[in-house]
Amino acid sequence: MAAEKTERVMPREGSTEIHADTKGSKAVRIILITLSVLFLFIMLVMPLITVIYESFRKGFGEYLKAVTDDETVGALLLTLEATVIAVIINTVFGLFAAWAISKFRFRGKKFLVTLIDLPVTVSPIIAGLIFVLTFGRQSFLYSYLEEIDFMIVYAVPGIILATVFVTFPFISREILPVLEAQGTDEEEAAALMGARSFTIFRKITLPHIKWALIYGIVLCAARAMGEFGAVSVLSGHLRGQTVTLPLQVEILFGDNKYMPAFAVSSILMIMAVVILIVRSIVEFIGRRKGEE
Amino acid sequence: MKRKKRIIPGFGISMGVTLTLLSLMVLIPLASLVVFTSKMSFSEIWNVITRPRVLASFRVSLITALIASLINAVMGVILAWVLVRYKFPGKRILDGMIELPFALPTAVAGIALTSLYSDSGWIGSIFAKFGIKIAYTRVGITIALIFIGIPFVVRAVQPVLEKIDPLYEEAAGILGASRARTFRKVILPELYPAIFTGFGLAFGRCLGEYGSVVFIAGNQPYETEITPLIIMSELQEYDYSSATAIALVMLLAAFIILFLVNLIQIRNTKILKGGN
Amino acid sequence: MKSRFLRLTALSLALVTAMVTAASCAKAEGADTKSYSIVNVSYDPTRELYAEYNEAFKKHWEAEHDSKVEINQSHGGSGKQALEVANGNPADVVTLALEYDVKAVQDAGLIDEGWVNEFQLDSSPYTSTIVFLVRKGNPKNIKDWGDLARDGVGVITPNPKTSGGARWNHLAAWAWAQREYNNDESKIIDYIKKLYGNVLVLDSGARGATNSFVENKQGDVLLAWENEAFLSLKEYPNDYEIVTPSISILAQPSVAVVDKVVDKNGTREVATEYLNYLYSEEAQRIAGKNFYRPSNEKILAEFADTFDLKINLVTINDFGGWDEAFKKHFADGGLFDQIYKQD
Repeated sequence: MAAEKTERVMPREGSTEIHADTKGSKAVRIILITLSVLFLFIMLVMPLITVIYESFRKGFGEYLKAVTDDETVGALLLTLEATVIAVIINTVFGLFAAWAISKFRFRGKKFLVTLIDLPVTVSPIIAGLIFVLTFGRQSFLYSYLEEIDFMIVYAVPGIILATVFVTFPFISREILPVLEAQGTDEEEAAALMGARSFTIFRKITLPHIKWALIYGIVLCAARAMGEFGAVSVLSGHLRGQTVTLPLQVEILFGDNKYMPAFAVSSILMIMAVVILIVRSIVEFIGRRKGEE
Repeated sequence: MKRKKRIIPGFGISMGVTLTLLSLMVLIPLASLVVFTSKMSFSEIWNVITRPRVLASFRVSLITALIASLINAVMGVILAWVLVRYKFPGKRILDGMIELPFALPTAVAGIALTSLYSDSGWIGSIFAKFGIKIAYTRVGITIALIFIGIPFVVRAVQPVLEKIDPLYEEAAGILGASRARTFRKVILPELYPAIFTGFGLAFGRCLGEYGSVVFIAGNQPYETEITPLIIMSELQEYDYSSATAIALVMLLAAFIILFLVNLIQIRNTKILKGGN
Repeated sequence: MKSRFLRLTALSLALVTAMVTAASCAKAEGADTKSYSIVNVSYDPTRELYAEYNEAFKKHWEAEHDSKVEINQSHGGSGKQALEVANGNPADVVTLALEYDVKAVQDAGLIDEGWVNEFQLDSSPYTSTIVFLVRKGNPKNIKDWGDLARDGVGVITPNPKTSGGARWNHLAAWAWAQREYNNDESKIIDYIKKLYGNVLVLDSGARGATNSFVENKQGDVLLAWENEAFLSLKEYPNDYEIVTPSISILAQPSVAVVDKVVDKNGTREVATEYLNYLYSEEAQRIAGKNFYRPSNEKILAEFADTFDLKINLVTINDFGGWDEAFKKHFADGGLFDQIYKQD
């Protein structure tokens, strides 16, 4: 299979080789690669090294103590909870939204797409603020919520809401281009032949978008884990109750516990790196499947 | 255009779910911001957002976000080019790293960047020898924003670049065009919509970024105070109306940027389809 | 094959959800004897103090009552914390940096009027003041407030718009200038302007400022809570010294029971006792050990060699109380804004 892949790619690479004859091109190539590697090294790798270096400055024992601390473990669980829920909600939303947008034509489509994307560019602070305004004490909803004793802001539901909000478009954004590129012919044919909607989705659409969907889920999970600004506004920082891992990092910093703060950061970092490795593998398999 | 409408079933339910979730998660919360601001008169809002300190923060946010997104646009195209066109050891790792800023919590990024670029940090100390301060200046903010914005342009340009048929370039090359000229005249025009999309998204995200910036910014009014920080400090003074007024301006900016991006992206999708 | 993969993903997701739910349920269980849980929303530099005090209080409560008590802490900038409580953060007690912030919670209708007199000494069980933290050997020779306005001195203080501690810093500097320039307001403002001109980093909270000064090595002098300064000294005894200025301000952190919340949760008794016990000798000693000045004179005397007891202190009443001070100095368009505007 690997051979297939290289075979397919080779002619393409070969064709660019025409230009590679010229000396300038070779130099350009080296310069560009060096530049890229250097840029990513300084901007991405160095911060990672800093985190690892600071985490282990006092030795492995201290590191272990920091990451197995009760509060940290609690924060980890809360982070996972928020992440899982965000992924589920956003997957449901992403599938339906992408389907509605790509398979049908209706007025205001651009407007709808823009609204869906809005959370990406809304400042996390504002994301937190709007939930405080909606469910906090000055909202008219607050008295109802108080009656049924359901706390949203400064409680776990608020954290989950904020997490869902900031990752809202992540999955639909990944699926949408694939669905749009695929067009509607296949589904239309199936529909004309009398297939039910779920069957059409499962048999025709899903195979096309499977990899984009998984990719979107991975990204969504990664972003959900790391959200800081919005959650920080909504959390109230009640230790062991409404503190997620990124907030725990902030708290430890405030406690002047420099090393533990970096140690907890390193958990998040490792989770991020693992997720990205999963993503690369998924993408790799996806491409190979696509070429079969 | 010629197609009959809605042969495919499921419009009702998918649209229903989409709109319900969208309203619950995004529209209603955003609406409460608008409702809250509507308690103020227009001149009150105007007074808040034209306060010198607020204006200065707009300027700081705009300038740093713009510079960071421009750098990311250039580096993004280079990175995408390298990742698509060249083969070299470690390419897969490089490719996998691009999303790191999405996945790494902004607070962690901010703290790590600050300790890296402060006078006593590994990189900051090198620059400090030449009397250049990075952390706690606008340069520091820009660096944090570059970090945040890296994935956007790369990931927008990469798929388009993959779809562009090398035959065009070959043809241009055979016709005697220089490599640089081919790039400028043949490839770049195809990339513009993608670059702009990535640039727009990065710019929007950078404007609102908070977590990574507060650690490295220094937060001096008029100098290194970004708009989200102003909102935060208005909140801390119990001044909800000012906070929401400024937030509304940022929200509008975010919306406009995105709308433009989506207009362009529709063109972009067409290119992607064409290459298929 | 494909569907199996998807089914697996779905299954694992469901599993994780179940696990998380189980984990959070497990937390809620185990409430066989009567147990209280109260939330103390406090400001930044009290972290160590309350970590120690909460343990002491737990012992004290459980020795005298047939019930358990759990205390949840929240720390952050004083103003931000007050705002969150006003917005619905369920605090049973607030222990904030200044009266003004507690008043904000009162204004939200959560604390009944008259809380200032609910506990002894205006409801401030411990006090502190503002001192300078300088690098070892005091290389810039910083002795008093006047030195902070000298050219080439880098000052670190948090932003008085967002930090309670920074408001005390600002007012202390003002008090010195008032004495120095015989109440000549234009000269005072000139001085304050120069002082802020020397500020290198304006963090949003006291802890952020300490980090900038201590960990990231910014500036020559940190204007800090006395307890923060001592804490840094304890951690890095060879790197810093404390300079006590000729005049400073008596910072009175305020505590209060949040009436609305305790009535709803039925925690009034334990919350009140929690704050009352702050005045006990044991708690006062804990405060002193954490470099807060105990309000109990006898205990304060025990710490006579730690604190400079001869320091000349003004109080907030010299500024006409918090409402007036806030309006004049820190409100939008107030003195602090004007100082930065003229740049």
